[in-house]
Amino acid sequence: MTHGLTDAQFFDMVSRFLGPYYIALALMNGLAALYLWRSDQTKTWFRLPIPLTGKSLPITNVIGWLVFALLFTILAGIGGKSGGAQLLELPESWREAINTYTDPIWYSVITTVGLVVVYVFRGFFVKPAVAWIIWNLMWLFLGLSMTDSDFFEIVAKPDNVPIVMLVFLLAFFTWLGTYQAVINDRRKENGEPPMEKVNDEKVLVWPDLVYTELICMIALTAFLIFWAIALPAPLEEAASSVKTPNPSKAPWYFLGLQEMLVYYDPWMAGVVLPSLIVAGLMAVPYIDFNKAGNGYYTIKERQFSYIVFQFGFLEMWVTLIVLGTLLRGPNWNFFGPYEHWDAHKVEALNNVNLSEFFWEKMLGRSLPGTLALADISPSLDPSNWVIVPWLGRIVDPFLQFFSLLFGRELPGTLLVLGYFIALPPIMALTVFRKFYERMGFIRFMVMANLLLFMGSLPIKMLLRWIFDLKYLIAIPEYFFNF
Amino acid sequence: MADLGEIIRESQIWKSVFRHPMPVDRRNRIVVMLTNFFLHLHPVSIKKQGIALSYTWCMGGVTFFLFLVETVTGVLLMFYYRPTVEWAYTDIQMLRDVHSLGILREIHRWGAHAMVITVWLHMYRVFLTGSYKPPREFNWVVGVFLLLLTLLLSFTGYLLPWDQLAVWAITVGSNMARATPILGHEGPGQQLLTLGGVDMITNASDARFALLGAREVGEETLNRFYILHCIAIPLGVALLLAIHFWRVRKDGGISGPM
Repeated sequence: MTHGLTDAQFFDMVSRFLGPYYIALALMNGLAALYLWRSDQTKTWFRLPIPLTGKSLPITNVIGWLVFALLFTILAGIGGKSGGAQLLELPESWREAINTYTDPIWYSVITTVGLVVVYVFRGFFVKPAVAWIIWNLMWLFLGLSMTDSDFFEIVAKPDNVPIVMLVFLLAFFTWLGTYQAVINDRRKENGEPPMEKVNDEKVLVWPDLVYTELICMIALTAFLIFWAIALPAPLEEAASSVKTPNPSKAPWYFLGLQEMLVYYDPWMAGVVLPSLIVAGLMAVPYIDFNKAGNGYYTIKERQFSYIVFQFGFLEMWVTLIVLGTLLRGPNWNFFGPYEHWDAHKVEALNNVNLSEFFWEKMLGRSLPGTLALADISPSLDPSNWVIVPWLGRIVDPFLQFFSLLFGRELPGTLLVLGYFIALPPIMALTVFRKFYERMGFIRFMVMANLLLFMGSLPIKMLLRWIFDLKYLIAIPEYFFNF
Repeated sequence: MADLGEIIRESQIWKSVFRHPMPVDRRNRIVVMLTNFFLHLHPVSIKKQGIALSYTWCMGGVTFFLFLVETVTGVLLMFYYRPTVEWAYTDIQMLRDVHSLGILREIHRWGAHAMVITVWLHMYRVFLTGSYKPPREFNWVVGVFLLLLTLLLSFTGYLLPWDQLAVWAITVGSNMARATPILGHEGPGQQLLTLGGVDMITNASDARFALLGAREVGEETLNRFYILHCIAIPLGVALLLAIHFWRVRKDGGISGPM
């Protein structure tokens, strides 16, 4: 990659990429302008008065996108020239600022606020002109950032290319879905049926669908072949069991789970929570009792399920994958997008368990110990059992475990039990009263527990960031940390 | 030349394969859907909005097509690849540098990444249009299983090139299984399964061992993942795909407003 390249060589390499890149973006805008013009979708944004003549020139969306195309062409001219990439760098101060504001706390806060703003003002953001400008800015940001060697190294790593694709595809399809939902919600307010209903005339599958499928297949085949030729698939040096790469990362689609390891023990992050995600997805149609919104895009008619799904998918699954892939470097330390992955970066780890905090800091005493059978009376020691000695060996670990759970770890145990056992009935009696009445006991409990498990991740993140809390319940003796 | 086409279409061989004239009129456009094996997955007619790209995003179809691409390229790759520690990496290198069909490997790898993304987008669309609601609840569940199998296909395939990326990604991914409650040797409750004071769950008998076939990612793992990747999981996917498509039809075709 960028290793062993001088600055000049690096900028030359980036220039070879930026030329075609900006030309493609210019083409994208040019084609958009052409399409809008030919399909009579020209819209006048404002009229520009021409001095002295008293006339005015209408500035339309077609002209707007042509200007964009022109700007990208100019960028292609500058950046595509050998070594010209150097002229298109983001200012150092911007990069510093972005590095600062992408640390896990800011990153999470900003994406959350961003998604909430986009959701609340979706009527504005789905306007084609607004969405198109944001779309262009995303590409421009990527292009400008590529001139940074640290950014380039992460994003252009073959195995990370799919993530960049995922981000852009999700942005596009989220827009497409929301755009139609906003229209349908507006139609509903005016007492009209959803758009999908208007278009329900029947057509023959041959030729209408069969040909669409054929064209899709050809286009996709062409795309795959182009991709395969343009970009070699990842292949690193031969496997070696002695050379551990740092960082060691799971395949990208599991990096959300790996990122959860920061906040959870492996048994939660790697086993329990993934199982619950799968089980929860399967439970969705049986939990969602709302009959509205079946077969058409809508948000208003199913706001609760929409928000919960988007929280789980865009906010947690996808943003954690992006964080885990692009912003986690050696030793799983955090690195800004323009920061060099320094394997010697040291981050102070001063996280404490709730039990340590409670007994040592608050009460000023040492942690209570374990209670074993032998502690109660030497005659109870399992090795002294004459009758059924194996029973003693099974009872003893149980006793020790529960003595820790309800002794040393009592504060955390009470909190967790309260969260999972006391909260569902409280939810049923208060905010979710109507849900409970409609859903019945079992369905409600399943939903409440799934929601609580889902909510436990942001709660644990907040506890970590604010109180440096490691685990609520910490029983490493039995691999039981929560 | 026009006559040649005529002769071919009038021949007994042609007529034995295609049991109707060209689908240029309404009657034969219906007949072709009913008599052609590959087309009979489709209904004869469909609501216009059900095939609108803005509605379907075409992502289910794209995913299925990618599965076919992966199957075809995968079978061809099997000719060139030996799943042993000794040969795996060299064979992949040969695909890149020597064999003229080496591009298959790039297509297979990128197609696999793309398939994971398109499955997500398909589910995203199905969720946004509420298409999992009755009567399609069960098909959503089948879809979640397919999602799981897609991820497993990609995960098992990840190991096969036997490069640093492969081995360590699988090591990291499978290390989680160590912590499986009760069944992992570093999982909570592991001490509970003892027999006569001997631990039943050790690093040679736990969930991770079952996954890897060994204590560490090695020869056994490569063989195990190869068979899972090439035979076991694709068979499962094929079965579930058949059910998934059949249920799409039986549950009333593509969703739409009542």
